[in-house]
Amino acid sequence: MVDTEVLHSITPEGFRRFPMVSDNRIEVENLSHAYQKRQALDNVSFDVSCGEIFGLLGPNGSGKTTLFRILSTLMPVTSGTVRILGHDLATEVKAIRNLLGVVFQHPGLDAKLTVVENLRHHGHLYGLAGKTLRHRISELLERFGVSDRAKERVEILSGGLQRRVEIAKAMLHSPRVLLLDEPTSGLDVTARRQLSDYLGTIAQTENILVLLTTHLLDDAEACNRVGILDAGKLVALGKPDALKAEVAGDVILIESTDNETLGTAIAERFRVSTVFTDNRLRIECKRGHEFVRDVVAAFPDEIQTIRFGKPTLEDVFIKLTGNPFVEKKDSEN
Amino acid sequence: MVFWLLIGSGLSASFQPTGAANGTGYIAYFYPGIVVLVLLFTSIFATISVVNDRREGFLQSILVAPVPRWRVVMAQALGGTTLALLQGLLLLLLAPTVGIRFGATSILLSIGVMALLAFGLTNLGLLIAWRMDSTQGFHAIMNLLLIPIWLLSGAFFPSTGVPGWLAWTMKLNPLTYGLAAFRHSLYLDTTANAFGEGPLWTLSLLITGLFCVLTYVGATLTASAQTN
Repeated sequence: MVDTEVLHSITPEGFRRFPMVSDNRIEVENLSHAYQKRQALDNVSFDVSCGEIFGLLGPNGSGKTTLFRILSTLMPVTSGTVRILGHDLATEVKAIRNLLGVVFQHPGLDAKLTVVENLRHHGHLYGLAGKTLRHRISELLERFGVSDRAKERVEILSGGLQRRVEIAKAMLHSPRVLLLDEPTSGLDVTARRQLSDYLGTIAQTENILVLLTTHLLDDAEACNRVGILDAGKLVALGKPDALKAEVAGDVILIESTDNETLGTAIAERFRVSTVFTDNRLRIECKRGHEFVRDVVAAFPDEIQTIRFGKPTLEDVFIKLTGNPFVEKKDSEN
Repeated sequence: MVFWLLIGSGLSASFQPTGAANGTGYIAYFYPGIVVLVLLFTSIFATISVVNDRREGFLQSILVAPVPRWRVVMAQALGGTTLALLQGLLLLLLAPTVGIRFGATSILLSIGVMALLAFGLTNLGLLIAWRMDSTQGFHAIMNLLLIPIWLLSGAFFPSTGVPGWLAWTMKLNPLTYGLAAFRHSLYLDTTANAFGEGPLWTLSLLITGLFCVLTYVGATLTASAQTN
């Protein structure tokens, strides 16, 4: 079997562009962070490699924004270690900033300037200028399909186009790591799918490490690997399929007039564990189709609706935390 | 503008600056003060955006770029200075109406002093804005600190004849010297005197320059301390 990643890195192009970097991973070890009283991150460890799209999934208030701010060098590492492509985040911030492309959740574009002007200013920040910069700008606008809008003011572009310009901006200085905070928020379904296609292409063709945060389960499904955060703790880490495989078999959701009584009755009769979340009874079991048949036959009057499905990442989250996947009361920051 | 004419006309009847030449009333006395007020407001308001931009917006992208903080602050300061200076220049066009006659030296010096003042004041604004996490807090500081600084700079009334403690406060106020420097440069080519005694021309310029340096260093240090 041919290892494509090795092939990529031995091309002359690969050598020319990344000569100094010995490592190609983000390594997070025992990272903790506390605001005055609240523990926002609690002993989080994971690592991500170049060429990979890694999704940090968690409801609002789970600590993912804090983690993002630390990785993007906005906030210092206070406990634990983070190494980005071999550089220590606590001591080598400057070297790391050159390697990072960052897309924030809130617009980082000046709406009153045109697309090209935004990119040009950004290029200057990273020491690009003149012909190199002009060339690079037109190359990226081309790639992200916004060439025809280059001279327009950012404020008149649609949300999806603005996000593409943001990513083009973040990619301008050829970063090796692309960090995105909630990149799909405010986008419609089509724009979301396009975005994840773009990210997939970037990650593979340029061997870039893409790390994004999201609270949308669909976005997480599209990642190569996912880390699930809950209340500052990393509760799961792995490929979406592998995580879903941890949920035993199928997931059945039942709504009834009296969930608690029904739950107890079902648990006794079928010897399964039932969880009460989101006003619904949630049951995990193997051979779900048979279970649905039996349970409906056994409680025909009590059951109002029943849903049977293969496990999703939401089910993984519920199984691991015992909580429904919703916003925590304590808000971020 | 309106502020200047209303207050200036209203007070000119009851208030004659000591040592003022005939024909130059309170409106003329008040004129440099109003220019400084415009500089103050424009500079400081230009820095309010830092408060929000730092949390959500444009500034975040700049903060994760490999750019040292002193350059970020310098850019912000020059931006604010430019805005304030443009506003100030508009007002400067009105100088002849209060009997100021410009020669080449006085106009260049006046603009130079305005630029210095605007730069210092923008940095003062940045120094505050980088510490704030809400614009409400910024407005509170404005009212508590900036308006009194202006009122007690000799813009509104001269320090001659005020109670001792007030005279001292005015002496310790850096803007007093900025205003004096501006007054001096405005009246350099005008034979009518510059409204009696105030701080000396060289001292004023020196302290204004020092004010710029200190606020800039302060703003840079604050920005560095508040970010990674």
